[in-house]
Amino acid sequence: MKWMKKILSLIITLFVVSLVTFFAFRVIPGDSAIAKLGLEASEEQIEALREQMGLNDNLLVQYGRFLSGAVQGDFGESTQYNVPVSSLIADRFPVTAWLAALSFLLIVVISLPLGILASKKENGIIDRGITLLTQTLMAIPSFFLGIIIMLVFGVILKWFAPGDYVKPSENFGQFLSYMIFPALAVSIPKIAMMVKFLKTSVLRELRLDYVRTAKSKGQTKNVILYRHVLKNALMPVITFLGMITAESLAGSIVVEQVFNLPGMGRLLVTAIFNRDYPVVQAAVLYIAAIVVLINFGVDVLYRKVDPRIA
Amino acid sequence: MKEKWDINRMIGLVLVSIALLLVVVGIFYTPYDPNAMSASLKNKAPSMAHWFGTDYMGRDILSRVMDGAGTTFFVGICTVCIGAVFGSIIGAVTGYFGGILDEIIMRFNDCVASFPSILLALVLVSLIGPGKYNIILALGILFIPSFARVMRSEFIKQKEMDYVKNARLMGASHARIMFLHILPNTRTILLSTITIGFNNAVLAEAGMSYLSLGVQPPDASLGRMLSEAQGYLLNAPWFAIFPGLMIVITVLGFSLLNERRGQHE
Repeated sequence: MKWMKKILSLIITLFVVSLVTFFAFRVIPGDSAIAKLGLEASEEQIEALREQMGLNDNLLVQYGRFLSGAVQGDFGESTQYNVPVSSLIADRFPVTAWLAALSFLLIVVISLPLGILASKKENGIIDRGITLLTQTLMAIPSFFLGIIIMLVFGVILKWFAPGDYVKPSENFGQFLSYMIFPALAVSIPKIAMMVKFLKTSVLRELRLDYVRTAKSKGQTKNVILYRHVLKNALMPVITFLGMITAESLAGSIVVEQVFNLPGMGRLLVTAIFNRDYPVVQAAVLYIAAIVVLINFGVDVLYRKVDPRIA
Repeated sequence: MKEKWDINRMIGLVLVSIALLLVVVGIFYTPYDPNAMSASLKNKAPSMAHWFGTDYMGRDILSRVMDGAGTTFFVGICTVCIGAVFGSIIGAVTGYFGGILDEIIMRFNDCVASFPSILLALVLVSLIGPGKYNIILALGILFIPSFARVMRSEFIKQKEMDYVKNARLMGASHARIMFLHILPNTRTILLSTITIGFNNAVLAEAGMSYLSLGVQPPDASLGRMLSEAQGYLLNAPWFAIFPGLMIVITVLGFSLLNERRGQHE
């Protein structure tokens, strides 16, 4: 029963997102027919294309068509490339997905041990140092970090050639070794956030009564930390990790620009430039749907891990 | 509560002072005209005459950083003002009165908050177009929910306190209690939220301008400088480093200053 409710609210959210993306791009002046034909086109030509694209129909009819198309993965045709939007997305999405997945991996693998280390040394010089470091890394915008990484690893150390992106289908190894650098740019600020969050979370747990009980039973610090505290401390981290995943997906929009990656972010930015609204709509809907699904997944996971919430 | 001045806070204060100094001086005086080009001064490394070097058009980078940081601060401050004013009003009303309106607005807020703000900002900008004032509008609107959420929870906490009941018994109106009694008591949290908001605004503006969807020329912008600098990493790395450092100094300074306060939440 509760699952039905969850899934229902998921569907409603997706529906609202589609409604907003559709109508937002209808209220702005200038439609796709004009955008496609350019300003020199005659009134008749524009009118004919409008008719052909169905822009003269009732808005609700248009929305219905948009929605039924979107559900089947059909978002119409890009006005700048004259190809179906779905094929553009199918082409670009894997790049962003790989970038996000690599970043996620880096975030989890690096931040968990660092966060635990930071919480072990509360208020010491190491803790201060880690605080300063995490604050610094959080203050660096991801694109500047990307530029620094390019400067250090690309220009000075020559570990990779900036702009020399290889498709995963061509040479997967080379693709991965290129992707690791943008992934670093996306993940480093998030790692800093995670470390800080994890530290706070562990320290909050350490002050609770059950820790004192365990201590008075004579258990060692490490057993208390790893067996008792960590389990509870990781609980809020799950939610935070979900949020960060959504954020790193968005962060990749900018980082793709830095590293010249042909992903969803670049597609979206170019489409905004060229007023290619079918593509903007589809890209926004796509990213939004993924964010909603991630949040849903986190919710499910949370309920699975924590029996208190069910 | 006595605030402790540890070393990190000191660093924060120093960084904020440097950033503010550059911005404030930059309003009245820059060493060179930020837009003056010179063919003979292309891509010159930092020197006594040009502390931060010159860019690919021979423009003085220090002057441009001062100018661009001014734009960034302007956008940040305006954005935060929009977010703080409207967010506080919404948060105050919903938190204080509760009810069905509160429920609806908070649902909507949760929905907005679950999306990455840069994505929403891009959507808004694609609707209203780029430019300094459009960016302020777009980011300002996006910041309203976060302020509303913080203020709402503060108001919910405060409205049960005795001084509110006292004021009520003395016949103070709801509006008076909300804005003259409760609001001043939320200042610590509000200040902290404003600082975080300002930082986020600076980062968002820089990101949007980097994508060329933010501040447009002739307005100088740190983000835009970085995107131009990227093509000259090999010959003129200082072109990228100084505008980037300016962003980092600003954001880091404010977040270090905010650190202690944030922990008392």
